[in-house]
Amino acid sequence: MRRAALILIPYLWLLVFFLVPFVIVLKISLSDVALARPPYTPQFDLSLGWEGIRSFFSELDFENFVFLTTDDLYWKAYVSSLKIALVSTLLTLLAGYPIAYGMARAPNEWRPTLLMLVILPFWTSFLIRVYSWMGILSNEGTLNTVLLWLGVIDTPLQIMNTNSAVYIGIVYTYLPFMVLPIYSALEKMDESLIEAAEDLGCSKLAAFWLVTWPLSRNGIIAGCFLVFIPAIGEFVIPSLLGGSGTLMIGKVLFEEFFSNRDWPVASAVAVILLLILIIPIILFQRNEQKAREAEG
Amino acid sequence: MAQTVFAPWEDPDRKPLIEFRNVTKRFGEFTAIDNLSLNIYEREFFALLGPSGCGKTTMMRMLAGFESVTEGHIWLGGQDIINVPPNKRPVNMMFQSYALFPHLSIWDNIAFGLRRESKDKAMIEERVEEMLRLTRLTKFAKRKPHQISGGQRQRVALARSLAKAPKLLLLDEPLGALDKKLREETQFELMDIQEKTGTTFVIVTHDQEEAMTVASRIAVMDEGRLVQVDTPDVIYEAPNSVYVADFIGDVNLIPGTARPRPAEPVTPVADPAPAPQPASVEDAAPAAEETAPEAPVQAQAPTDARQPAPNARGEWLYKKVFARFMGQRDLNTPQLPPPSPEELAAARKAEAKAAAAKPAPAAAPEPAIKPGGILIDWAEGQPPIIAANGDPALDGKPVTLSIRPEKVTIDLEKPDRPNVLPGKVIDIAYLGNISTYHVELATGQMVKAQMVNARRISNRHITWEDEVWIGFTETAGVILEE
Repeated sequence: MRRAALILIPYLWLLVFFLVPFVIVLKISLSDVALARPPYTPQFDLSLGWEGIRSFFSELDFENFVFLTTDDLYWKAYVSSLKIALVSTLLTLLAGYPIAYGMARAPNEWRPTLLMLVILPFWTSFLIRVYSWMGILSNEGTLNTVLLWLGVIDTPLQIMNTNSAVYIGIVYTYLPFMVLPIYSALEKMDESLIEAAEDLGCSKLAAFWLVTWPLSRNGIIAGCFLVFIPAIGEFVIPSLLGGSGTLMIGKVLFEEFFSNRDWPVASAVAVILLLILIIPIILFQRNEQKAREAEG
Repeated sequence: MAQTVFAPWEDPDRKPLIEFRNVTKRFGEFTAIDNLSLNIYEREFFALLGPSGCGKTTMMRMLAGFESVTEGHIWLGGQDIINVPPNKRPVNMMFQSYALFPHLSIWDNIAFGLRRESKDKAMIEERVEEMLRLTRLTKFAKRKPHQISGGQRQRVALARSLAKAPKLLLLDEPLGALDKKLREETQFELMDIQEKTGTTFVIVTHDQEEAMTVASRIAVMDEGRLVQVDTPDVIYEAPNSVYVADFIGDVNLIPGTARPRPAEPVTPVADPAPAPQPASVEDAAPAAEETAPEAPVQAQAPTDARQPAPNARGEWLYKKVFARFMGQRDLNTPQLPPPSPEELAAARKAEAKAAAAKPAPAAAPEPAIKPGGILIDWAEGQPPIIAANGDPALDGKPVTLSIRPEKVTIDLEKPDRPNVLPGKVIDIAYLGNISTYHVELATGQMVKAQMVNARRISNRHITWEDEVWIGFTETAGVILEE
């Protein structure tokens, strides 16, 4: 009984906070746009009884999904989102791994402080942090001013409103999600393993590739998924830092929903996005499970 | 036993494999190794022994190349290795934590070192299989380290470090993680493997028993210095300092002041009858002075014939508690009956005869006290302790008599031994094979006496609070100056 109750809690959570909203979104994606409030038909009306339910279901169709295939904006946005997410995940890994490595090799008494520093940005609103990047990256921003003053450049760099700014924003925002799992994998590693590798004839670099890297692999995979998955649907960063050329599905979704007030198409976009995300999520889960088995 | 004794350290012409020359290692202000020189020879099983923080691990890590040398040089096979990185040294190490690569199978773990230096697949395969056979791991080759037991992991670590056939194998507390029984087995396995491979082993340990078991020589370390480097028997029987005596095994330390003892026998040796017997003791004595005083151990033999009697504690418990509701105990119940005095006398005679029949341990029950040496005044109003192996030149100097518990006998009646002291039993530690008695002397000094439980006794005739006599021979102790 108690076991059943314990299992019930997460399922109930999933049901209330994931499945129900998803079904609502799915329902809207199958509806038609209408000048009404809410702006779609059919509406679910129980007052008409059985007949109402039947007519409601008969009016649902896949029109919006078909529409997504007719306009190449959508698949281009998906592909571009995947590309931006992939590139920024790699960039985050490149930036995050040395940080995590340094933290794990730092003296014991330093580690809690370093960990604190990694988490510290979360204390400020995400939106404010992205806004402050606008202040740094814009043509009159801090970065350009400093570079001009140093004489490195004579004309301001156009970083703001380009994909570069989006990459910078994503890398900055998601860095802790990359650092923490890698750090936890590296920290668990016995340092004598490196010594053993060197003792057996490895150079320092070979010891890293043959021992440290494979042993932190689970952390790397976890970190990459933790960055990649939310980065695909990212909206705030591309819309604030990106330019008109930055095509991301989050932005498309926002425009369909708020500018065009086309809730059904927006919902269809969201459903497809979710289906795309399920693949990496399943892979991520599988990796986590394998890691847990290897430890146990 | 027909083998020639392995003692390359006694041959001045032999070149040592490893030579520490005035090596100093400092960590900031702290001096871990202090101007240390040491030679280790080929095929030795050399143990670095000491308490934690004595610098033994630093020595080993300097040999492996994980620690730089602040001053001095380390020579390995004629090459100064202080600037050689660890991966270029012909040295392999077995780590305390074993440091097996968790992502690789046992096979790949063992092959790891070989793959670094050779591309020859067949050679690697052959060598790995050989190592697996040597360490009896063939069955586990495909498993990952977390799928095997601690003892097996230990053997994988050994196989991996031996795979490259290093000139020198370093073992950092290799058996620390194993339970006692497995540890003892593994110690013999290690010795066996060392003999088979002919590799020089240097082992770091804080376990003196382990060092005594496996090592050909032991270096006892303290605060970055070598206190004594010798074979296990010398370290045990002739420690050169109170520190070594105290660190290795159980010991009684009795401080006192030395004064010379007249060279002629003090105790009247009126009975010159068994002429060959004292002579044999005399013969053994000079050797005993230098190394191991073996004769006194033999002299102890008669006292080993102790009488069996009911277990004192059980008896007490029964009398005080169980007798009330269970009635007086029928002493004829199946239990070893205590032997009668006649039986005991007969047994002693028989033993004496048996002892007399064997030529070697024909120690007289009353050995003649060897003349010379020193007397140690160790307490006011107490008879001085006779130490025939002491140097008369120590006259007036403070000395410490170090005597092993197994060389101290304990009797209820005053025995006829060169040194006899009265005391009271405070504590008895029954360890199965031996019993250790903690005896408090009149001065409050505690002395441990150890008796081998050679017979299946149903009791100990000496029990708590008993007034007893402890005794030891004039050469049983070692005189330490400090």
